[in-house]
Amino acid sequence: MIPPSFEYHVPDSVSDAIGMLKRYGSEAKLLSGGMSLIPLMKLRLAEPAHVIDINRISGLDHIKEEDGFLRIGALVREADLEKSSLIRRKYLLLLDTTLVIADPLVRNRATVGGNLAHGDPANDHPATMLALEAEFAVVGPQGERKIPVTSFFTDLFTTALSSDEILTEIRIPIPPSGSGGAYFKLERKVGDFATAAVAVQLTVAKDDLCERVGIGLTNVGLTPVKAQKAEEALRGKKIDGESIKRAAQLAAQESEPTADLRGSEEYKRDLVRVLTVRALNRALERSRGGK
Amino acid sequence: MGKQKIHIKINGSDMEADVEPRLLLVHCIRDVFGLTGTHIGCDTTHCGACTVHLDGKPIKSCTLFAVQADGCEVTTIEGLEQDGKLHPVQEGFWQEHGLQCGFCTPGMMMTSVALLREKPNPSEDEIRFAISGNLCRCTGYMNIVKSIQYAAQKLRQGA
Repeated sequence: MIPPSFEYHVPDSVSDAIGMLKRYGSEAKLLSGGMSLIPLMKLRLAEPAHVIDINRISGLDHIKEEDGFLRIGALVREADLEKSSLIRRKYLLLLDTTLVIADPLVRNRATVGGNLAHGDPANDHPATMLALEAEFAVVGPQGERKIPVTSFFTDLFTTALSSDEILTEIRIPIPPSGSGGAYFKLERKVGDFATAAVAVQLTVAKDDLCERVGIGLTNVGLTPVKAQKAEEALRGKKIDGESIKRAAQLAAQESEPTADLRGSEEYKRDLVRVLTVRALNRALERSRGGK
Repeated sequence: MGKQKIHIKINGSDMEADVEPRLLLVHCIRDVFGLTGTHIGCDTTHCGACTVHLDGKPIKSCTLFAVQADGCEVTTIEGLEQDGKLHPVQEGFWQEHGLQCGFCTPGMMMTSVALLREKPNPSEDEIRFAISGNLCRCTGYMNIVKSIQYAAQKLRQGA
């Protein structure tokens, strides 16, 4: 398949890229890992007249803890996330997630920023970022602003990014001790989008009391879903078989799946219930230092 | 929308080409540089038949514009053999019957070479995980795994 013709631009700085976005407006698309954009162009579902390749901009590929946040540069590749000792040691929800995104070859190109900015509810990082209560640093002609993850995904394939803005960094509050997270995804085969997936991040106090909880759902709505009722049902309560069961039922109710080749609405809703139980149990184990 | 000059070091040789930005790397490798060992399978980022190394990392060359590889090093299946001697991975696929129809083989081998560079002694699980983005439509995975194990051993012995 041959993509439509376009003009190719290679900015060497964020401000340079923003200038190009301003100049070409809706005619332009940013090219990051390209693992969604290039297939869309080959299928002619996207036909940008200008492609702005941000891969040569330096300073956007860091993974570090600083000022109370885990900071992930928008151009960090999934493979870098997988190999990062910090992520492997301390951010198991992110590690779980990156390991089930597409396949290892795609992960050598795919970027965390692209996974989010594409605004696809079937992508995996959005639910993870909802669970982790991330915020996104976004740079435009007027400088930087922060967008909390809860207001980032506005509609199907639509985010709060303006056409002249670039997502530059993902900021995740460093979880206190007693925290754990997990991502459970059912996919028909490696490389498929999730039939459904559930991201959980917990902070647990003494006696298994739930201090903090975030639950995000993948591919069961027009946007990634934050399972707020399920979170409320756990917050401040003891996490045990009973409360987990209740939260999972609520998460299933909060999901809004549509029937497709991967299953019926009913099936997907029940899958959310089952995966929520598993993710909460794994997150709880990990909050106590388990793997 | 004019053509653009690109320079790619491919299998150690400096190559240059005038290409349209929309030209995919796999088409550049096959049609412009004439290296047809790299295959086009699904053309949709699934099968991995088009796997090549871009600056040492295995990627699907059907999902990268050739202009993105400007100034980079690309290694294709033709670059594995050195001085008339097969790479241990190639030898492994030969010895252990790691191919049936052969279509997925170039991509499988490129992924295997990258794996063994990072993990000289991979477990079977690690091998299967590493090749999970390369599909063998003959389903010859048992022998592909054996081929990679053969190569791993050979490389560890300093072949």
